Amino acid sequence: MQISPVLWQFLTKWLTSSALWPDQASTIAPWADALYIFLWLMTVVGVILVGALVLFFAIRYRKERHPEAVQIEGSTLLEATWTIIPLGIFLFVFVWGAWLYFRIYNPPADAMQVYVVGKQWMWKAEHPGGQHEINALHVPTGRPVQLTMISQDVFHSYSIPAFRVKREVIPGRYTTVWFNATKPGTYHLFCTQYCGTLHSGMIGEITVMDPADYQKWTEESTSGMSLAQNGERLFASLGCISCHSGNATASGPSLAGVYGSKIKMDDGTEQVATDGFLRDVILNPSQHVPYGYKPIMPTYQGQISEEGLIDLVEYIKGLKTNYRVQQTLDTSKSDDAAPITPVASQKVTQ
Amino acid sequence: MSTIVSLPDQSTATLPKKNYINAEHGLLSWLLTADHKRIALLYMFSITFFFFIGGFFAGMVRLELLTPAGDLMAADTYNKMFTMHGIVMIFLFLVPSVPATLGNFFLPIMIGAKDLAFPKINLLSWYLYMAAGIFVITTLVLGGVDTGWTFTTPLSTHYLNTHVATTATGIFIAGFSSIFTGLNFIVTVHRMRAPGMTWFRLPLFVWSNYAASVLMVLGTPVLAIAIVLVALERTIGIGVFDPTKGGDPLLFQHLFWFYSHPAVYIMILPGFGVISEVVSTFTRKRVFGYTAVAFSSVAIAVFGFFVWAHHMFIMGVSNYSALVFSLLTMLVAVPSAIKIFNWAFTMQKGSITFETPMLYVFGFIGLFTIGGLTGVFLGSLGMDVMLTETYFVVAHFHFVMVGGMLMAFLAGIHFWWPKMTGRMYPEGVSKFAAVVTFIGFILTFFPQFVVGYLGMPRRYAAYPAEYQVLNVLSTAGATVLGVGYMLPLFYLAWSLKYGAIAGANPWQATGLEWQIQSPPLTENFIETPIVTQEAYDYEWLAKKQERELQHVG
Ligand code: HEM
Ligand SMILES: [Cu+2]
Repeated sequence: MQISPVLWQFLTKWLTSSALWPDQASTIAPWADALYIFLWLMTVVGVILVGALVLFFAIRYRKERHPEAVQIEGSTLLEATWTIIPLGIFLFVFVWGAWLYFRIYNPPADAMQVYVVGKQWMWKAEHPGGQHEINALHVPTGRPVQLTMISQDVFHSYSIPAFRVKREVIPGRYTTVWFNATKPGTYHLFCTQYCGTLHSGMIGEITVMDPADYQKWTEESTSGMSLAQNGERLFASLGCISCHSGNATASGPSLAGVYGSKIKMDDGTEQVATDGFLRDVILNPSQHVPYGYKPIMPTYQGQISEEGLIDLVEYIKGLKTNYRVQQTLDTSKSDDAAPITPVASQKVTQ
Repeated sequence: MSTIVSLPDQSTATLPKKNYINAEHGLLSWLLTADHKRIALLYMFSITFFFFIGGFFAGMVRLELLTPAGDLMAADTYNKMFTMHGIVMIFLFLVPSVPATLGNFFLPIMIGAKDLAFPKINLLSWYLYMAAGIFVITTLVLGGVDTGWTFTTPLSTHYLNTHVATTATGIFIAGFSSIFTGLNFIVTVHRMRAPGMTWFRLPLFVWSNYAASVLMVLGTPVLAIAIVLVALERTIGIGVFDPTKGGDPLLFQHLFWFYSHPAVYIMILPGFGVISEVVSTFTRKRVFGYTAVAFSSVAIAVFGFFVWAHHMFIMGVSNYSALVFSLLTMLVAVPSAIKIFNWAFTMQKGSITFETPMLYVFGFIGLFTIGGLTGVFLGSLGMDVMLTETYFVVAHFHFVMVGGMLMAFLAGIHFWWPKMTGRMYPEGVSKFAAVVTFIGFILTFFPQFVVGYLGMPRRYAAYPAEYQVLNVLSTAGATVLGVGYMLPLFYLAWSLKYGAIAGANPWQATGLEWQIQSPPLTENFIETPIVTQEAYDYEWLAKKQERELQHVG
C-alpha cells in the first residue's frame, strides 16, 4: 500500500484493536485486512460520489429552481468514462484478490500436517502423533500448519475468522487449508456451511501456543498410538496385507514409496498417488486398476470410517521400503487385537 | 413548457364509468379472467400475502438472534424459520414480484397491445403460482422443512426427515409458473407491439422485463432438473450426488447455482426497469443514455449465466477455474455500475419533483450502490474466503434484493397505483413510510457487514456473546423496517375508497399507459395506438396536451 505509512499504521492499529475488528492471528490476516480496507475505501468513495451527484442534481434542478427540463441524449464520452474507470478498479481488485487467494490456498511444502473429519455435529482433529481432539485444535505459532479435511456426512465448512481462512469440508473428497499462526491465544472455530439441526453448535476453539508449550501439549495428550501405527493395524486386520505384501509373488502392487509417485493405470492414464487418490482406490478399487494387475481388489466401502482411511493413508505415506510391511506381516500373525473402527455408514454420536 | 395541466378538480371528478374492474362482477369473473390487468391484481394480492408470511419468519429469526443463546425456540425450529423465510421470499415473492404484478399489468399497455400473447396461459401461470404456494403452506402445516433455501445435498437428500419433497414440488411448480410468464412476455414483446413501436422506442421497463424473461426461460429448467434429481435421490437413491455411489455432491452446487445466480438477476432486472420509468417521469427527461441502459440489461442477462461458480470459491473448485469465474464476476459488475450513473445523470438539467416513488428511487440508488460494491468484495477471490457463508453475504444480498428490489417494487406500486385503481394514495403518510423504510433498512442490514467480517456465520441460532450488540441493532432495525412495510398496506387500502380521483395522467408522464383512462378499459385501447415518438419524449407530450386543452376550450 502506498498511502502514508503513518496513516496506514494508524488505520490498522486503531481499527484492528477495536471490538469491530476480528483478531489478527495469522500471517494471512494483515494481507486480508489490507484488501478489506481498500474495498471499503472504494465503496465509501463510490457511495459518496453517487450520493453527491444525486444530491447536487436534486437541489440544483428541483422544479422550483429549474422549471423546464432540458432534454439530453446521452454522452458517449461520459458513458465510456464510467464504464472504463469501474472496470479498471474492479480488475485491480480481481488481481489483488486472486493473489491473496493463491496465497491462502497454496500451502508451503514443509507444512505440518493435521487431519480433520467433520461430522454432524463435531470437528475431529487428528495429529500425526496420534493426538485426537474434538471441537478443538492446538497449533504452535510460527509454523505453517496444513489441514487435510473430509466430511463423513454432509457439507461442512471449517472457518477460523482470526486467521482469515475457511474451506469447505466435503463428503467424498479431501480439501486442504493452511495457516501460520502468529499470536498465542484462543480463537473461534466455526462451521459455516449449514449442516442440519445443531449447525450452530458445531463450533470449537483454536488454541495457539508457543512452540515450547505446544511441544508439552503434544507429549501430554498423546494416546500412545500414532496415526500411522493405527493405520498399520488396520492394514493387517482388514487383510490389505495379504495382497500388498511387497513380495514378488503378491497379487497386488507393493505400496512402498507409492505415495506421491506417478502410477500408470490400466486404462492408459497416469495418476499421482495423492491422499485423495489412495482413499479413492480403497473405496472404489475397480475404477483404479494399475497397469499389469487384475481388478480383483474388493471394495472397502462402508467398512472403514473416514478416520480409518486417514490412518491407512498416513501409514502408506510412511512406507519407504517393504521392511515395514514385512514386519507388520510378522506381528499381525501374533497380534490379532487390531482395533475395530466404527463403520462409516452408521452415525457415530459421541 | 413541459407541464401545464393541473390535477382535475376532485369535487366533480369521478372514476370512468366503464373500466376493467367493474367490467364484470362476481368472484368467478376474477378467477376465470383472461385480462392481464385482473391477473396482475390476483398476483398482487397473493404476492403481498406471501410477503407478509415471509416477513413473519424473518421477524422470528431476528427475534431469536436478539440474545446470543438459542433460547427462544429449538434449534430445529430456528432452522425451519430461516428456511421458510428464504423459500417464501425468493420463490414466492422476489422472483414473481415485479414481472407478475406490474409487468403483467403494464407490459402489454406500454407496447400498445390489448393483452399478452397468451392470456389463458397467463391465468394458468397464476394458478401454478398458487399451487406452489399451497404446497409451501402445506409444508408449513405439516411441520416445516429445514434444508435452507439452497437445498444443499447430501443434507437435503439423506440427512433430513422433514418435508423436503413437498417443498421441492412447490418450487418445481413455481418454476413452471415463471417459465410461462417469461415465454408470454417474450412472445408479446416480439409479436404484439403497436405500429410504430420499434425496439428502440420501447420503454426501459419493457426492455428489462424482456431480459429477465430470457433468464427465466433459460435458467429455470435447470433448477427444475436439480430439484427432480434431489427428489429421485431421496426416494429411490439414484446416487448422482452421493459419493458412496460414485456421485458428486458438488454437481448439485453447480446445477443449483447455474439457476440461482441468474435468478438474482431475474429478481433485480425488472426493478431496474421500474427505476428507469420513475426517474424519467419525475425529472421530466428521457433516460440518459437510453441505449446503454437497454443493452446493459441484456448484457447482464447474458453474462449472468457465466458466473455461477463464484458461489463455490471455497468448495474445492480448482484455483484456475476460480480465477476465471472471479474475472467474469468483475465483468458483470460493470453494467450495474453503468446504470447507477445513467440514473444519476438523468437528473441533470431535469425539472425534479419529489413524490413518493422518487423517494424510493433515492433509497434504491443508495442501497443498491452499497449492495453492488459489496458484491465486488465477494467477487474478489481472497476476500470471499473470509466473507462467504457469514453475515457479510447476508447483508450483501439483502442490500441488493431488499434494499434494491423491494425499494423498486414500492416505487413502482406508488407510481402506478393511480393508473391501476384510478385513485391517488395519500402523499404525506407515504413519504413518511418511505423514510421509515430507508432508516429501518440501514439499521437492520448495515451491522451485518460488520458482524460478518468478525466471522459470525449465517444460519446460526446461537452465537458467541461478543456479537450481541450488533445483532440487537439489527433486530431493532428490523422492527422499524416492519413498520415501514406495514404502513402502505393500510394507506393504500384506505385510498381505494377515500383517495383523490387520479385522472388519466396525474404525473404528466409520457408512457402509453398514461394516455388511456384510469383505471383502463378491459381492452386497454379503444383503437390501437400508432406510435410516432420514442419513449420519454416530453416535448411530444406537451404538444399533445396543448392540443387537447384547445380542443376542450
Ligand atoms: C444485480 C445485482 C445483484 C443481485 C441481485 C445479487 C444477489 C445475490 C444473492 C441473492 C446472493 C446470495 C446467494 C446465497 O444465498 O449464497 C449473492 C451472492 C454473491 N454476489 Fe451478488 N448480487 C448482485 C450484485 C452482485 C455484484 C455486482 C457482484 C460482484 C461484483 C456480486 C457478487 C456476488 C458474489 C461473489 C456472491 C457469492 C458470495 C458467497 O456466497 O460467498 N453480486 N448475490
Ligand atoms: Cu457443519
